[in-house]
Amino acid sequence: MDLLGLLGLDVLFKGANALRLLGGLWVAVRISLISVAASIVGGMLFGIFMTWKNPVARVVSRIYLEIVRIMPQLVLLFIVFFGGTRALGLNIDAELSAIIVFSFWGIGEMGDLVRGALESIPVHQYEAAEALGLDRAQMYRHVVIPQAVRRLIPMSINLVTRMIKTTSLVMMIGVVEVLKVGQQIIEANRMTSPNAVFGIYGTIFLLYFLACWPISKLGERLERKWAS
Amino acid sequence: MVLDDISLAVKPGEVVVVSGPSGCGKSTVLRCINGLEQIQGGRILLDGAVVDGASKDIAAVRAKLGMVFQSYELFPHLTVIENVTLAPTVVLRRPKGEVESEALELLDRVGLKDRAGDYPRQLSGGQKQRVAIARALAMKPEIMLLDEITAALDPEMVHEVLDVILDLAREGKTMIIVTHEMGFARAVADRMVFVDGGAIVEEGPPDEFFDNPKTERARKFLHTFEYESVR
Repeated sequence: MDLLGLLGLDVLFKGANALRLLGGLWVAVRISLISVAASIVGGMLFGIFMTWKNPVARVVSRIYLEIVRIMPQLVLLFIVFFGGTRALGLNIDAELSAIIVFSFWGIGEMGDLVRGALESIPVHQYEAAEALGLDRAQMYRHVVIPQAVRRLIPMSINLVTRMIKTTSLVMMIGVVEVLKVGQQIIEANRMTSPNAVFGIYGTIFLLYFLACWPISKLGERLERKWAS
Repeated sequence: MVLDDISLAVKPGEVVVVSGPSGCGKSTVLRCINGLEQIQGGRILLDGAVVDGASKDIAAVRAKLGMVFQSYELFPHLTVIENVTLAPTVVLRRPKGEVESEALELLDRVGLKDRAGDYPRQLSGGQKQRVAIARALAMKPEIMLLDEITAALDPEMVHEVLDVILDLAREGKTMIIVTHEMGFARAVADRMVFVDGGAIVEEGPPDEFFDNPKTERARKFLHTFEYESVR
């Protein structure tokens, strides 16, 4: 057995296995991208909503946030995909279910980060903007939001990479993403390449790293740029 | 109630210094004037028009009033020059080039032209406060409101800031100044207003106020700035 075989990397060169893995990665990334986009837009709005002093707004956002925090993502996936089909007669496909759950999670957590960023801006900054004659919209556009975004970046980068990593759960509701493709390849080559289990999972490890690392780097760069 | 029965008229070109013990409401007077503090009763008139913090037109009123805070409150994400040009370009919608050259003149005036591209965190407290003054002046306000602008500064930086204000006073800028710097107050004021317990207790020309205070409370207050010799 040569070195490729020993490490179980030989299967990557059989048939379209490498391409299939990349295809699986794309499914995971696609779910993350759509959910992250929804989380950023929805999280901004939810974050502003959370700063309202209205008691109803407070209770609603409190309950939402607690559900997001307490419920394991896997349970949420099962509720939407299996439960939704049975109880509500909804026929949503697995990928859409995953996007719904990840967005629900992301909007909640991103909203809380946005709220924290908005509340961390001192009252005096608002007053200084007002005293210069800026109206509400101008104040948010030029003073509050630019500062909030700078405080938001490190935490939201962390959330985004967590969301990408957690997409590995969606194979449990039948989405054929990178991890599932990997399992299929390992199963299919069990006899001919028993070491594929190392090669394939190692490759998947690398693929997740390649997906998350640039995002972390970007976050670091932005942080440094704004700190200096 | 923080303030009660306050009646204060400021003429164009006049420099009024408001002083008094901590918590007496002197900062609140300033904050009411530009609508940062809601008033429960009474009226504030600027050029004959009512100032109302809750009204939609308050932004236009505030554009005529330049306020400088104790803690500078520069915008940390903007450079020095961007801090100065923000309001004129955004609120007054004036062309950027014109505003920038004016801003540089203002920065030159406060001695910080060479720091235009720096961020506030790169400046000392005194420098920050001078930028804050330039930022307020960039709106060409009719009145400057200065709220204990040297209270957060190290003693050696107080002078560089107050020199700028003395310069403005010489030019005839209308100002309402809240300060604890009694030497400065005496030098700059056309009129002293002494506030205690949310009311104006005494007012008059600075020499009269400092040398012969009429009320017991003012006398007591002024006495807190003196020390008895131990020898």
